[in-house]
Amino acid sequence: MTVVSAKSAPGTPGATDGIKRRKRDRQGRLAFWLLLPAAVAVFGVIIYPIFRTVLVSLFQVNSALATVTPFVGLGNYAQALSEPQFWDSLGRTLYFTVVSTALELIVGLGVALLLNAKLKARWLFRTIVVIPWAIPTIVNAAMWKGIYNAQYGALNALLTQLGILHEYKAWLGEPFTALNAVIIADAWKTIPLVAFFILAGLTAIPGELYEAARVDRAGPWRIFRSIMLPLLVPSISIVLVLRTVEAFKVFDIIYAMTGGGPVNGTSTIAFFAYTRAFSDQNFGIGSALSVLIVIVILILTSIYLRLLRKSEMSLL
Amino acid sequence: MNHARRNSVLTHVAAWIVAICCLAPIGYMALASITPQRTLITTPLKWIPDHFDFSRFATIFSGDGVGGAFRAALVNSTVIAVSTVAVAMVVGILGAYAFARLRFRFRRTVLLLFLGTYMLPQIALLIPLYLILSSLGLLNTLTGLVIVDCSLVVPFVLWILSNYFMTIPEDLEDAARIDGTSRLGALFYIVLPAARPGIFAALMFAFLLAWDEFMYALVFTSSDAAKTLPVAISEFAGRYTTDFGLVAAGGLVAAIPPLIIALIFQRYIVSGMSAGSIKG
Repeated sequence: MTVVSAKSAPGTPGATDGIKRRKRDRQGRLAFWLLLPAAVAVFGVIIYPIFRTVLVSLFQVNSALATVTPFVGLGNYAQALSEPQFWDSLGRTLYFTVVSTALELIVGLGVALLLNAKLKARWLFRTIVVIPWAIPTIVNAAMWKGIYNAQYGALNALLTQLGILHEYKAWLGEPFTALNAVIIADAWKTIPLVAFFILAGLTAIPGELYEAARVDRAGPWRIFRSIMLPLLVPSISIVLVLRTVEAFKVFDIIYAMTGGGPVNGTSTIAFFAYTRAFSDQNFGIGSALSVLIVIVILILTSIYLRLLRKSEMSLL
Repeated sequence: MNHARRNSVLTHVAAWIVAICCLAPIGYMALASITPQRTLITTPLKWIPDHFDFSRFATIFSGDGVGGAFRAALVNSTVIAVSTVAVAMVVGILGAYAFARLRFRFRRTVLLLFLGTYMLPQIALLIPLYLILSSLGLLNTLTGLVIVDCSLVVPFVLWILSNYFMTIPEDLEDAARIDGTSRLGALFYIVLPAARPGIFAALMFAFLLAWDEFMYALVFTSSDAAKTLPVAISEFAGRYTTDFGLVAAGGLVAAIPPLIIALIFQRYIVSGMSAGSIKG
């Protein structure tokens, strides 16, 4: 009822404002109640731990049972920043993030174009491409660990039988090779998700645009460059942000595939924080490292958001 | 015409390559799970063994020890994932409706706060959460894991659904509301049926996320009472480093529930998400 009267209410501007305000207040109250369960489910769980972690990062907590925990201010941060391992794992994490995000975006875009192409059994192709995404991360890690195995792995078997490799290689035995091997395993699971995200953007492009391009006798490359790519900027941007953040937080696949090894060669920053907190039982340093991770992610995201705003795109 | 034909052939070849890349690793895992241990570790590898060995599946489904732990984890993972999805969907639908349809102060800020939680690494919350769960007696319980998993899943559901709800024309709802239907009535009878693709896409995301969760389960569980499949598999892989076949068999079984969900709801991903990605 009020909806109608508010829309059609004649009269002074002041009266309309009052009705509008009342309507807004009522919507605000309803929104509060509708959002309360979600807020409890999310912020009820995370708010206290955030403050607690920031607090603990200012104290020296050497073991789970420590009774003496002196206040050290930013001491934990200073110590973390002075450890060469911190900078090594930060560098590794940035490498992991940049390479895996780039790989996933480029291959994902290609796969998205294929998913969108006129194929004989397109439904079957789409069904197959979804599969890697559904494989749980830990299973994916165990699977690739088997594929990369130095004694009997499928990759060694395949490459030697094809004559590409002459003797079996320990793919996870050398730090830099291992890091790249993990990136490939991670990308295998994630590319389908990226591809479907971009496909969602592709299917939203109006068909008339392609028609117009055909009338103008534009080739496939031109259609891709001038129609698809510009209109895909929003979905590609979202994927870029999501994947960057996710890659920077990477932990599960490292834990299950390499345990951070060999010689810390795959120890990313989240994994480093985990070992400092749990293996070394140094909760103060572990908390400081966690806070540092959040700060780096905030910086990365704000850079992205600024770039996106510049290109007049919005996440929401 | 010739040109178009060549392009079509190239496209099909590329699609075949992608399909093979998607299936080959899983095919190897499936073969390894039924290849006798001795054949599995021979060089040069014989891809198809002379005879198949299903004993590992027997171990998983009927044995004590490893099998018992695995079956307990399968039940735990199922209970946790289903409960998390149920809670996250109910809570998410209500919240998403507010974001999509109501005008209120700080709407954008609140939405950004929810989405911003994605930037927090689990490691940053791990130690305090451990202490809280411990003091509430929720360590090593299914309830405890459902609670912490929901905090990861709800923001995703809110994001997908609020984007989708916004694409549903408001006219239908307005008409019903003039006829006296309440907001909630309109949500249930008009918005929800029209939002089916978005709901299914959110459901699929939520299930895969909950099934996949590892770090919380790793730290907050200590026995068969609450251990989930990812934790069980990672322990498996650590203990039976030489028996890849057994790990492969376990991994395959652990992947079946999310695979079924993904294959059923696959056709809704595109329609369920396209709404979100074009919103400028």
